[in-house]
Amino acid sequence: MSEGLRGVVVSHAGLAEAFVSAVERITGRRDGLTAVSNEGCGRELLERRVAEAVGDAPAVVFVDLPSGSCLQASAHYLQTHENVAVVAGVNLAMLVDFLYHRDVSPREAAERAAATAARTVRVLTR
Amino acid sequence: MSVLVRVDDRLVHGQVVVGWGRALKLRTIVLVDDAIAASTWEQDLYRMGIPHEMTVEFASVSAAPARFADWEADGDHVMVLVGDVATLVRLCAAAPVTRVNLGGVHQGPGRAQHLPYVFLSDDEAAQLRALADRGVVITAQDVPTTRPVPLREVLR
Repeated sequence: MSEGLRGVVVSHAGLAEAFVSAVERITGRRDGLTAVSNEGCGRELLERRVAEAVGDAPAVVFVDLPSGSCLQASAHYLQTHENVAVVAGVNLAMLVDFLYHRDVSPREAAERAAATAARTVRVLTR
Repeated sequence: MSVLVRVDDRLVHGQVVVGWGRALKLRTIVLVDDAIAASTWEQDLYRMGIPHEMTVEFASVSAAPARFADWEADGDHVMVLVGDVATLVRLCAAAPVTRVNLGGVHQGPGRAQHLPYVFLSDDEAAQLRALADRGVVITAQDVPTTRPVPLREVLR
């Protein structure tokens, strides 16, 4: 498991924590990921929560939906911080893969996450 | 029906687009916000949350009154969003607002909790009371499936 980038998962309700818990079940670790919920947050408070979770280190922010308050807060943070990339549409496969590939730039990690999602969303029919 | 003005510090988000959007068959969402009206970057960000079947319009508080008659003409299917009580008060001073929905005013300095999604300072509460005294119908309701809570009950 590579060290380096921090991952911050931002979601509605308890989804982010559930994602991080699921990653821990699969990998046995959660030290590279932090969960942030928008529960009870207006714009300013959610932006503050995202900022606190990211800190000063390079990071990728994983957002649940490609719109809405979680994306807006993360995008505002992105506007003023160069060492951050945002991925909207988080899924479990991209988070597990991210934990093992954190020794790249935030942009590279974000592009890898998007590619992982595209590769792992499958349709099965009888 | 007259256009509904919602106070929600998250502006365009799931409750508005999905919850209210489907219930009211919204065709237009209007963001009345001076900072967003002046920033194409902000506008692009909010456009990402608008479904294809809806349009979004951005207006400053000073520009909104001139557009209000058009919004009223399609009142059942238009929602005007403002981010805070102060903006609502400025809008009400210049435009014929008759219906207000408190949808999300969250924690902030000097604010006390009235509902899980409504936190108000004493000044904000007084400003809302003053609007209600002038005939504006104000209720709190985060999503359409919950009960609208009259302002007097919110502030009790």
